[in-house]
Amino acid sequence: MNIELLYILILVIPLLTAASVLICRKNPNIRESVTLIGGISLFFVVVKLALDYDFEQTVTLTLIEPFAGLSLALRLEPLGLIFTLVAGFLWPVTSLYSIGYMRSHHEKNQTRFYTAFAISIFATMAIAISANLLTLFIAYELLTLFTLPLVTHAGTEAARRAGWTYLGILMTTSIGFLLLAIIWTYSLTGTLEFTPGGILDGKAEPAILGALLLLFVFGTGKAALMPFHRWLPAAMVAPTPVSSLLHAVAVVKAGVFTIMKVSVYIFGIDLISSLDTAYWLSLLAGFTILSASIIAMSKDNLKARLAYSTISQLSYIILAAMLGVATGVYAGSLHIIMHAFAKITLFFCAGAILVSAHKSRVSELNGIGRAMPLTMLAFLLASLSIVGLPPLGGSWSKWLLLQATMEVHNMVLLIVLLVSSFLNLFYLVEIPIRGFFAKPIDPNYNNGIKEAPIFSLIAILITTTGCLTLFFLVNPAWNLVEKILR
Amino acid sequence: MTHLPVLVVVAPLLAAALIVLLNNRKSAWVITLLTSLFCFYSSLNLLQMVQEVGVISYKLGGWDAPLGIELRIDALSALMLLILTGSSSLVSFYALKSVEKEIAQGKQVLFYSAFLLVIAGLIGISITGDAFNVFVFLEISSLSTYAIVSMGKDRRALYASYQYLIMGTIGATFILIGIGFMYVMTGTLNMNDLALRLPEVAHTNAVRAAFAFITIGLGIKAAMLPLHQWLPNAYTYSPSVVSTFLAATATKVAVYVMIRFQLTIFGIEFSLLEMPFDKILMFLGTLGILGGSIYAIFQKNVKRMLAYSSIAQIGYILLAIGLASHDGFTAALLHMFNHALIKATLFMALGIIFFRFATTELSSMSGIAKTMPLTMAAFTIAGLSLIGVPGTAGFVSKWYLVTALLDASLWPLALLILVASVLTLIYVGRVIEVAYFREAPEGVKQQKIPKTMLIALWIFALSNIYFGLNTDISVGISTLAVDQLVGVTP
Repeated sequence: MNIELLYILILVIPLLTAASVLICRKNPNIRESVTLIGGISLFFVVVKLALDYDFEQTVTLTLIEPFAGLSLALRLEPLGLIFTLVAGFLWPVTSLYSIGYMRSHHEKNQTRFYTAFAISIFATMAIAISANLLTLFIAYELLTLFTLPLVTHAGTEAARRAGWTYLGILMTTSIGFLLLAIIWTYSLTGTLEFTPGGILDGKAEPAILGALLLLFVFGTGKAALMPFHRWLPAAMVAPTPVSSLLHAVAVVKAGVFTIMKVSVYIFGIDLISSLDTAYWLSLLAGFTILSASIIAMSKDNLKARLAYSTISQLSYIILAAMLGVATGVYAGSLHIIMHAFAKITLFFCAGAILVSAHKSRVSELNGIGRAMPLTMLAFLLASLSIVGLPPLGGSWSKWLLLQATMEVHNMVLLIVLLVSSFLNLFYLVEIPIRGFFAKPIDPNYNNGIKEAPIFSLIAILITTTGCLTLFFLVNPAWNLVEKILR
Repeated sequence: MTHLPVLVVVAPLLAAALIVLLNNRKSAWVITLLTSLFCFYSSLNLLQMVQEVGVISYKLGGWDAPLGIELRIDALSALMLLILTGSSSLVSFYALKSVEKEIAQGKQVLFYSAFLLVIAGLIGISITGDAFNVFVFLEISSLSTYAIVSMGKDRRALYASYQYLIMGTIGATFILIGIGFMYVMTGTLNMNDLALRLPEVAHTNAVRAAFAFITIGLGIKAAMLPLHQWLPNAYTYSPSVVSTFLAATATKVAVYVMIRFQLTIFGIEFSLLEMPFDKILMFLGTLGILGGSIYAIFQKNVKRMLAYSSIAQIGYILLAIGLASHDGFTAALLHMFNHALIKATLFMALGIIFFRFATTELSSMSGIAKTMPLTMAAFTIAGLSLIGVPGTAGFVSKWYLVTALLDASLWPLALLILVASVLTLIYVGRVIEVAYFREAPEGVKQQKIPKTMLIALWIFALSNIYFGLNTDISVGISTLAVDQLVGVTP
């Protein structure tokens, strides 16, 4: 099939899904089947694209050219393919999960939920296959706007306030810093195309390039680098499927994806390695990793704990991108995949616990393993993947990342990463241990097995299997990652 | 077609008189609409002529300049014509139901007549090549504007109109004094003639005083902070049709005259090197952006909020002019065009809300998106455009402005501009939050809205998106206009 058509399909399928959801709003069964069908067909298109695409001959599709020389255009490269594959696979899985979750939770406004969800996926896909910074920026802003109704879904005062924090931080950083950086780049180089090797080398003083890098990294608020991380815990008021797919995968990965793209295709890793700013940013990422982990330990609310864990994990990828070595880029890209599978599993479990046991605090989970053994087992495996232990996918990216810090002889960051792994072990693995070994805190836990609704359970099993499979079958991912710098 | 330039002024003038003679409400509306459409059509023709053959000069009554009055249409004038007649056509279409509801029956005929006079005056200002003529048309439009502002249902409209009248008259008088000084020094009123003769006497205090008087006079008319006090009341209490049209056009025409005097008559050398006009504009522009936006955040009435937002947007335009670079002027003209689209949409949406609920207080708009989904959707599109979200017209102007600032190495200002967008986000966001995420009061049902109003609203709303994606027209005309003004191609 021709590649341009596939690009179009990738964008159109989520939009069509959104439209069909609106049309079928009267009948929940059809509405949710439509979401599922949309998700599955999107996944097939993405896979088809992955099989057909030849990175030696990239294909660019220009949609429209609003400014002379600046266009909205699509082009796939290896990093983008990784992101589309991850999001394209996890969307149908999350849809499956949502059906179980939203129904047993009796959420209101489900049509708005599914519509905004599908449009957010559209924006995510557009980010992943954007050919230049302008296209990426537009999609990035759309993603913020269409996830907002999902964050404020509950409609309570707390949700409204969270919505303001969400919008405020993401919009301020993106319009204030990211847009400025983009326009500045354009005025320095006259182009915004993602080009292998970068476009900025030699275009300005190192001091200016350093400032630009700062603007890019802080401007990408979705990557949740401290001090612009507050929006992510705030977004946890959303229903759990949103936290799982959007705030553990699509939105936050769009952030680190942007940073990776900018460092590989706008700056170029050689230029990054020569900038002092990149070094300081990698230290800041290290600081974020540790402090977010420590905050996570202090959180009793399960979703808040997972949110801080996400902040910490995102900074792994920022750190990787700022090292300016090939191994770092590989490590960061692999971590996008590994963390996506592990973290979505954790959130799925958190939602399952909320739906079937009505618990949202870590301290209330003692002994819950008796009632929800499968969920707790999934939680354990995903936690171990985040810690980076074999035989789980996360061990590969952790390994590469450690190797990359050694390549640049940065012992501080090496130690940060090791300490962080221990912290992960404490605050994540603690939960299944409580679940399996502690004395049940709620007498209901002894009343036999009561897992989440079947749809949700299947989704959990799929992603957990993913975490395991990625350890043994990492080769396809590795082949893709290796092509990024070629 | 050779008489087209004069027809665009004369047609609304004659139509205004005809309406009063016929004295019939329905026919008054029809005539207003047809006249506006005719002017719009003529503007498109004139624009095409300017793009093909260059500046059009028309001698009124066949008398040669400088004795006779010359109408002179370059790309800048054509751009103004397009903004003016485009807005007036859609606003006239929209006016049918809105005027029926908001203006006392006995006054409706007079309203349409005065409305046409405003249009005639503004068009006249934009195309005349004679400095004194500017003043005459300015008075025609201003006096009629005071009249239609005072026709608002709220009794405070009278006060607002009076305030506008006092401030406006001071402004007009200042402009007249300035023009008088120039005439004394040069003995001519034709713009081109003035431009030729002024350099000889540029060092005199009389010319400097003339420049200062004109600048301040126009500053009042353009609602340049801190000369803006008339604007919030005038926009808030005037009938919806009037606030829509004024927000889209009135202050921009004042900015147009400012550009015309600064560039065409005094010339860049004098305005910018001799007088520190650029620095003043940049300072006041920045002040306007911040002041207007911050005031807007604290307003309880949405119409008033948008009025303050207009002051901020004028700030953007003035800042861009203050850059005194080719890119800066382009950004200014572009924003004049785009902002007209944005504000017309926003005020029209509010007009529809007022039509149904007779109020534009924010507190009364809870859950209004459920009962008037189409109206609020249009409001949201224009709101995003105002913030400068990519894909909308507002983004295009912001892009050009920030590029111009960066080219001038003013990156702190560029950062400030972008942060100011966040202020816009706050005040637009407040409305959207109340409209979409609060519960509507019990018992309020889906509202019926007249088709004419909705169609006009949506043409404006969609044009925000169209001009955000296709900038050939807006950027094309703006660039051509600046090329003609500055006389060089970069």
